Formats: sequence, structure tokens, C-alpha cells
Amino acid sequence: MDLKFRRNPDYQSLREEMTPERAFMDRRHILTAAGFLGAGSILGALPACSEPQQTPAPVSAGAGGHPVPGAALKAKKTAYTVADQASIEDAFTGYCNFYEFGTGKEDPARYANLMNVSPWEITIEGETDAPGKLALKDLIDYSKLEERVYRHRCVEAWSMVVPWIGVPMADVIKKLKPKSTAKFVQFETYLNKKEMPGVNRPSLRWPYVEGLRLDEAMNELPLFAVGAYGKALAKQNGAPLRTVIPWKYGFKATKSIVKIRFLAEQPATSWNKANANEYGFYSNVNPNAPHPRWSQASERVIGGKGGFNEKRNTDMFNGYEKQVAALYAGMDLKKNY
Amino acid sequence: MANPYLRAFGKHWMKPLTLIALIAPFAYLAVLWTLMLTNTDPYIMGFNPVQWTHRYLGDTAIRVLLVTLVISPIRDITGWQPIALIRRRIGLAAFFYAFLHMLAYLGLDREWSLAKLWEDVMLRTYIMLGMASLVLMIPLAVTSTNGMIRRLGRKTWDRLHWLIYPLAILAVAHNLLMVKLIDGDPTIHAVILAALLLWRLGRFGLKRLKPAQAAT
Repeated sequence: MDLKFRRNPDYQSLREEMTPERAFMDRRHILTAAGFLGAGSILGALPACSEPQQTPAPVSAGAGGHPVPGAALKAKKTAYTVADQASIEDAFTGYCNFYEFGTGKEDPARYANLMNVSPWEITIEGETDAPGKLALKDLIDYSKLEERVYRHRCVEAWSMVVPWIGVPMADVIKKLKPKSTAKFVQFETYLNKKEMPGVNRPSLRWPYVEGLRLDEAMNELPLFAVGAYGKALAKQNGAPLRTVIPWKYGFKATKSIVKIRFLAEQPATSWNKANANEYGFYSNVNPNAPHPRWSQASERVIGGKGGFNEKRNTDMFNGYEKQVAALYAGMDLKKNY
Repeated sequence: MANPYLRAFGKHWMKPLTLIALIAPFAYLAVLWTLMLTNTDPYIMGFNPVQWTHRYLGDTAIRVLLVTLVISPIRDITGWQPIALIRRRIGLAAFFYAFLHMLAYLGLDREWSLAKLWEDVMLRTYIMLGMASLVLMIPLAVTSTNGMIRRLGRKTWDRLHWLIYPLAILAVAHNLLMVKLIDGDPTIHAVILAALLLWRLGRFGLKRLKPAQAAT
């Protein structure tokens, strides 16, 4: 099986990024940048979050032919950046919402290693001329990965700055040939009771589903992400494939995607089903539309310098107003929250 | 209670030990913040220390409040009267943590602005419930001294301190409404409170039954 991958061009192009020495230097760079040097004891205190990330896996491709979580990825830098410094990687991998593994912020890092992410297939169905099943490596062109630094704003009024690696969602959707009748796209998360301890608890109804209007999905900003911080996504962050929609609250993104469905009607979405008064279909970041139980005017910055997390004012559309405001022209965003 | 060890414990150890136990959560929090702010261990409270602190103070307040309510059942079931002597200081500690919880919210979240705090109280039901619970605790905290019991008279004092029941319900409702989903700790708090209140209802019912039984 190993030999098969060596012949794979993707594998060859990734090889140069895989040397342990390079990975080690990257790691030091990330830690120094966060003013973290010398606080080694922390790493020991957070085993579940830091372990898989500290040493990128020596072999990049798993059984599915795509890089395993933590493997180094090569990506083109882009102009999509945020003025603020990226959050420390340990915060990104250690402070997560992925309810399939439990509702606590540390649960995903603790339990996600149970999830098997290779091989990985994505089912394409609904209003499309190209229905069927695709292996991840056939859906995502790993030779065209790009890095985009986006602010990630959670509906719980915190945010991080994340250097994502992925491909524009629009490019992938074009490949999937939605019919002219398709007006919406729905994404579905993997579901496995044995590998996901959180699904046995009565929190949300599974599987997790989210959706976008097709024109939202075709905007320049959304990504199908396969990595972050120079590496293939950690399982708790939604390995091997997730969406990133930077002007919407984090729960609008779907992790560990197994199904993409094109629809004529607006699809049901998980949080909307759980509590329609609090979580709408659009869920655009909007400082002027408070959540019924808390203000959305400001947010706590997670993973900045030092332990204390400062507050910052939340920007309309999370700072992406220029790119997305036109999508909602004439709509009352307080009603369509 | 003839056990001499138990009597000695009640007389010499119970009160100071309770005090230490009640201060311990605060001391622990102070240590964590010191470690964070001195950069000794900046992520000791995780990546959202503000929220962590907030929840920790709120959870501590509610749990200490529930402990206050568990004292009378213990006394009535075991028949060991001296345990009632620590009830007031436990209640006072519940107020202390609830007050710190509010102070942390005011300082870290509302930038010490009473106007912003008021806006939140009016706008959000769960904050209103929490604030109402805290406000109801004030007269109880103020009248928690021996002198106050004397001045008010035992009956008035008892009647005033009956407020612990509505304020505990408010506190638990505040806790329940705060979370995104009905799951975990707030539910456990609610179940414990329900059990403690039901126990009191049952005892009240029994007391009313007894004279009737005597008559037959």
C-alpha cells in the first residue's frame, strides 16, 4: 500500500514538507510567536490537545490516500489575512465545539482520536448531474491548496484567528454540477455511535446538518478546509474535511463531512431544529442582533498572548462586509438572523 | 448523641473546619489567577479563563447554597442537633460566592458599567433571575449575626429566612436557562434542589398529619 502512494503525484508533492526537522522548526516558530517559550509545563498539562499536533506524522497519506491528521501540508499563501495575530495552535485544537464528542470544550480533543478518518468518502446527492460517492482525494485537489487566515467567530461570543488550508468552496461545487433547480446546499457530518461518545447523550439530533444558500456557497470566501496551521486538520477540528464560512457563526460550519446534498428548498439545520428562536438559518455574525440570552456586540479573543483573554468589538459580518453584504441586499437581518 | 468523639468534633472542630472548607474554593481561584497573570502557567484555566472563572464562581455559589439546604434534612434524619450551628456560615459563603460571581460579571464582562449591567438585567431573563436571587440574599446575609436574630426575634427571623427557598429556585432557574442545551450540571443542580424541596414538603405534610393521628 505504501508503494502505491509513493507513485501518487500528490504524495510526491507533499514529501518535501514532511521532514521532521522542518516540522520541528515550524513548531518552535509557532510557540515563540505566541510568547510561549519556556512554559513547557503547559504542554504536559494539556496532553490531549497538544500530542497529535506537536509532531507531524512521519507518513502523510493514510488508507484513504489523503494526508492523515497532523501531516504537513503545502499551501499557497493568499491575500486573505486578518490584521491580528493567529491564535496559538493549542487553543485551536484544545478549545472546540464538536458535540458528537461531548459538549465540553475539552471533550473533542479528548475523544476525537476514536474517529476513523481514512478511508473517507463523500456522498454527493440531490439536485446534481454528478451524484455518487467520491474519495476525499478526488473531491479536493491537494495540489491546489491555499492558506487563508480568517477570523472564526463563535455564537458564544468568542473568536480565534485561524490560518486555514483548503480550496474555495465555489471551485468544488462547480465540479459537482448542481442542476439549475438547486438553490441550497446541505452538508452532513459523519455519525458513528461507537466512535463518537457524545451522540449517545441527548444534546442535538444527529447527524449534524448545516446548509447554505447556493449563492452564499459560491461566494469567494467559503472554503472546504482540509488543514490549518500548516498541517492536515486534527480530528477534533473536523478532519478530514470541513467547511469554513467566515462571516457566519462557527456552528454554520460542518465538520468531518460525509455528505453534500443539493436542494431546491431551504434545508433543515441542526441548531435551528434544536432552538429556532435562538439560531436562525442565516446566522450571520451581526453585532446589532443580540442572541436572546447574550449580547453579540463584542467577543473574547481566544488563544492570544498570555492567558487572560481580552475583549474586542465584533464587526458586522465578522469583518467581511465588503465581500458578502450584497448577498443580503434588501433583507432584514434582524428578522433573518 | 452519646458519642464523645462526635461531641468533641462538634464543639471544637466543626466550625473552623467548615470555615476552611468554605474559603478553599476562593483560595484555589486566587492561586489559579496568580499563576495565569504571572505567566507561570498562562493556560491553567484553559483558553477562556474569564468564562471559566465566571462559571466556577456561579457553580460554587449554587453548590454552597444547596449545601445550606441539606443541613436541616441531615439534622432531622440523624438527630444530631449541633450541625445546625454551621448553617448560617454556609449560607453566608453562598452569598459571598454569588456576589463575587456578579462582581466578575460586572468587571470582566460589563466593564464596570452599571448602566450596561442594568441593560442586561432588563433584556435577558436568566440574568434577571440571577440578579433577583442575589438581591434576595442580601437581607439574609445582613441578618445572619447572633445580634440580628436577637433583635428580630426567632419567629420573624425564621420567616425572613424562609426566602432561601424562592431564591434557591431563582438561582437554579438562572443556571438552567444559561446553557445552550438542557444537559449536564445545571440539570443535576435542579434535581438536587427539587429533592430537597420535596423532602421539606413531605415533612410539612407529616407534621399536619400527626395531630389528626393523635385524635383517632
